[in-house]
Amino acid sequence: MISFNLLIFVALCYVALLFTVAFVAERHAANGRVNWLRSPVIYTLSLSIYCTAWTFYGAVGYAARSGLEFLTIYLGPTLVMVGWWWVVRKLVRIGRAQRITSIADLISSRFGKSTSLGVIVTVIAVVGTTPYIALQLQSVTLSFAVFAQGSGQVWVAEDLNAAAIWVAAGLAVFTILFGTRNLDVNERHHGVVMAIAVEAVVKLCALLAVGIFVVWGIAGGPAATLDMIDQSAISEWSPVGGRWVGLTFLSAAAFLCLPRMFQVLVVENADEKHLATASWAFPAYLMLMSLFVVPIAVVGLNLMPPGSNPDLFVLTLPLSQGQDGLAVLSFLGGFSSATSMVIVATIALATMVSNHIVVPIWLSSTARGATMSGDVRYVVLLARRMSIAGVLALGYAYFRVSGGGAALAAIGLISFAGVAQVLPVLLGGIFWRGATRIGAAAGLLTGFALWAWTLFLPSFGSEGIMSASMMAQGPFGLGWLRPQALFGIDGIDPLLHALVWSMLLNSVVFFVVSIFTFPTPIERLQGAQFVNVFAHSSSPRAATQSAAGAEDLLIMAQRIIGSGQAQALFQAAAQKQGKEGYLPDVTPEFIERLERELAGSVGAATAHAMVGQLTQGANVSVQDLIAVADEAAQILEYSSQLEAKSAEQENTARALRDANEKLTALSIQKDAFLSQISHELRTPMTSIRSFSEILRDGEMGADEQARYAGIIHDEALRLTRLLDDLLDLAVLENGQVQLNNSEGSLRGLLDRAISAAGVDLGELGIHRRAADEQLTLFTDLDRLTQVFINLIANAQKYCDAEKPELRIRVRRVDGAQVIDFTDNGRGIVADHQALIFAKFSRLTDSGKAGGAGLGLAICREIMGRLGGQIDYLPGQGGAAFRVTLPATATRPR
Amino acid sequence: MTGKQVLLIEDEPNIIEAIRFILSRDGWAVATHSDGTTALEKVRAVAPNLIILDVMLPGRSGYDILRDLRDDAATKSLPVMMLTARGQSKDRELAERLGVTHFMTKPFSNAEVLENVRTLAGW
Repeated sequence: MISFNLLIFVALCYVALLFTVAFVAERHAANGRVNWLRSPVIYTLSLSIYCTAWTFYGAVGYAARSGLEFLTIYLGPTLVMVGWWWVVRKLVRIGRAQRITSIADLISSRFGKSTSLGVIVTVIAVVGTTPYIALQLQSVTLSFAVFAQGSGQVWVAEDLNAAAIWVAAGLAVFTILFGTRNLDVNERHHGVVMAIAVEAVVKLCALLAVGIFVVWGIAGGPAATLDMIDQSAISEWSPVGGRWVGLTFLSAAAFLCLPRMFQVLVVENADEKHLATASWAFPAYLMLMSLFVVPIAVVGLNLMPPGSNPDLFVLTLPLSQGQDGLAVLSFLGGFSSATSMVIVATIALATMVSNHIVVPIWLSSTARGATMSGDVRYVVLLARRMSIAGVLALGYAYFRVSGGGAALAAIGLISFAGVAQVLPVLLGGIFWRGATRIGAAAGLLTGFALWAWTLFLPSFGSEGIMSASMMAQGPFGLGWLRPQALFGIDGIDPLLHALVWSMLLNSVVFFVVSIFTFPTPIERLQGAQFVNVFAHSSSPRAATQSAAGAEDLLIMAQRIIGSGQAQALFQAAAQKQGKEGYLPDVTPEFIERLERELAGSVGAATAHAMVGQLTQGANVSVQDLIAVADEAAQILEYSSQLEAKSAEQENTARALRDANEKLTALSIQKDAFLSQISHELRTPMTSIRSFSEILRDGEMGADEQARYAGIIHDEALRLTRLLDDLLDLAVLENGQVQLNNSEGSLRGLLDRAISAAGVDLGELGIHRRAADEQLTLFTDLDRLTQVFINLIANAQKYCDAEKPELRIRVRRVDGAQVIDFTDNGRGIVADHQALIFAKFSRLTDSGKAGGAGLGLAICREIMGRLGGQIDYLPGQGGAAFRVTLPATATRPR
Repeated sequence: MTGKQVLLIEDEPNIIEAIRFILSRDGWAVATHSDGTTALEKVRAVAPNLIILDVMLPGRSGYDILRDLRDDAATKSLPVMMLTARGQSKDRELAERLGVTHFMTKPFSNAEVLENVRTLAGW
């Protein structure tokens, strides 16, 4: 029996060896000699961290308890590596293209660099991995305990805890030393990878050695072993289909989603081609690891005293046979399994915690101006180191809290189910462009909550967080929420129950919410780059494709700056190169020019990225770019709408100012108008009053009396006319006028107007052409006649010719029926032509006109109401007015 | 000041006739003029003892004519009675600022016109 102290010494020596290996590897890497560090073999061996202490010790225990079911743990990764290598290849390609540092980073990047998603995945990973780390600590301390008991030393709980704390501290030191040596953008750790490769060899050799010893040393050869297996309980065990499928799926999902697996599989991957080797070599490694599990279990069950822990058969069997050397090797194998897992898992988790939680918080809590690049680097490293210590402390805490009671395999499966919640989002993210950030968050949270409720919290036992009554009756007596019988579905294996519900609802929520939410532009771009990572990568475009490149660029440019501008730009560039058409050669000068042009619309960085994508062998398709460009165009449109809105507001403000000015002007105008009305009313009233008083005074002849009475009468009529006009105008201006449309001949209308205007044909000669007036009109004939009367009366009043004449001409001008009234006077001087349609715009001596200057204003209002118009025609010799009839009014007979 | 010459500058024929009738009846010599632009010449030609001035005249407003009358030393203190149909207070203020002797709004009572003419002309 080896002494416990010797074991400690061996363990320390082994750790020293690992330090040396890691150190040497780092030195080589620092000197640029990384080739041999990065071989397919090393890559494959690094994947072996999948096989933890759980696999090393626990698989045997699992087989002893549940027969061949332990194989599902190997089956999942094997299926992934053999059948789903293309998924892994895609992950690796994306990881390299996007410089992904962790699975949280991948999810976060995929969905538009979402901080919250990064946090969610990090939390899931930490919660899911912490029990697993505790499991490793437990296995190491248990294995120490085995030797301690064997060497007669008395171990109590304190010793176990002390051992665990020493192991945790040692692991923390190693991980900090080799996990945070540098801040490589790719987060590659040559020393660590090399060390775990060595450990992979050690644990395989150890397990194979124990297996060979058991089969040939104890059982007496393969045939005897098989007999033994046949007689054991394991052979009677029949597989449960549901659990097999479920567990295989679970281990496959965990293989892809476990932070440590993602670290070695994707982040530490140096060359995609290594996957080809790993896709057969890693399943082979797993097969070798599982080869002797059943023999060891069966022999252990036969040889070891009843009640001994089958999880430790790998250690206790050699010890019981006095094979101390083999036992130490076996111990080192288990130690390797545990430490390699903890180291990589801690690095992966620390990266996630520091990148997605600590640094964002630190950055947001620090004034931006104060952050220098050196500061950030220091902070990131510090955060990384503290995260490593924190993760290990968490693992240790869990180990202490859980008391190391649960069987190893059970803890492992709980962890698997937890991290597997990331799978739907991971696969959806790299294969489905419709996946959205909100959908991903909803799915992840749903899955995580269900996992916690149905599996993780119950795992603490009835003494823990979930009371026995809650397990039996559900929270608040809600039976359908019972953790192990959700929605009343009872009697399923708890693990399977949790897995089915969490994965199902996770996927459904992720899918449905994604369908009903819309990705942001950056999500779309990232989604396209992830999903189409193979579409354009690696092979650079051939020279013959330059025309196609120009076409792509033109399509994109049109989306961004509009087709007219884009075509002009491309045509000018083509002309400059001596080419015809719109497709210039994609020369550096042209690209520079195009980028400058596009930058005006989308910003320099985006323009550079977009053009770069098209010209330098892009990761995204043209359609993707167009989609992004469309988004950008929408944004532009939106911002231009905003601009338009602010312009509109400016317009509104201006309009308000104008309106105010107008109101002021109006009130001035109103003053002027009232003043005018006052004048126009008071003038006849003055005459009336004055002459009434004169008449009242008497003392005059009958002639004078009659004359003054006549003046009073005329002025009274003038007053009445004025009031009529004012009322008429008010009605017309307010639009309250009712049009009475009827049919009548133009000729008849003109006849009526001339007679109503009281024209003395001896004073005013009127020339008409009867043939032209053969028109039937359909309009408000009275109103139209009123216009005619006004025009004829005006001619009569204002025509200053010696022999006044008025010509009335009916003709068609530009398809419209017009009636021109032209007299032979001097007409209206140009300055006043614009004023004549205004109210009170009487230009001449009012005495002679006898009107208030409202006539033409009324005419204009009437013609407006009828749908026609009235204009002054300058340069016709005399005063000339054109009445344009509305199109609806004329019907040629 | 004993002259009885009045110059009436007004463009409404009926009002001219009314005022002429009233003042003639009282023994005043009434000259009339109905154009704003040539009003000042008419004032110099007639040399009246009193001017009755309408505000709204063709060509030139009564205010402008009044301002010129007050700027001219010869007519600086000539009594000017203004008549306006735009009976707003600011019209009156403007007229008084320009140095009007008396301001009347239309329509007026004949007796009032006559009395003001007598008073202003020093009778």
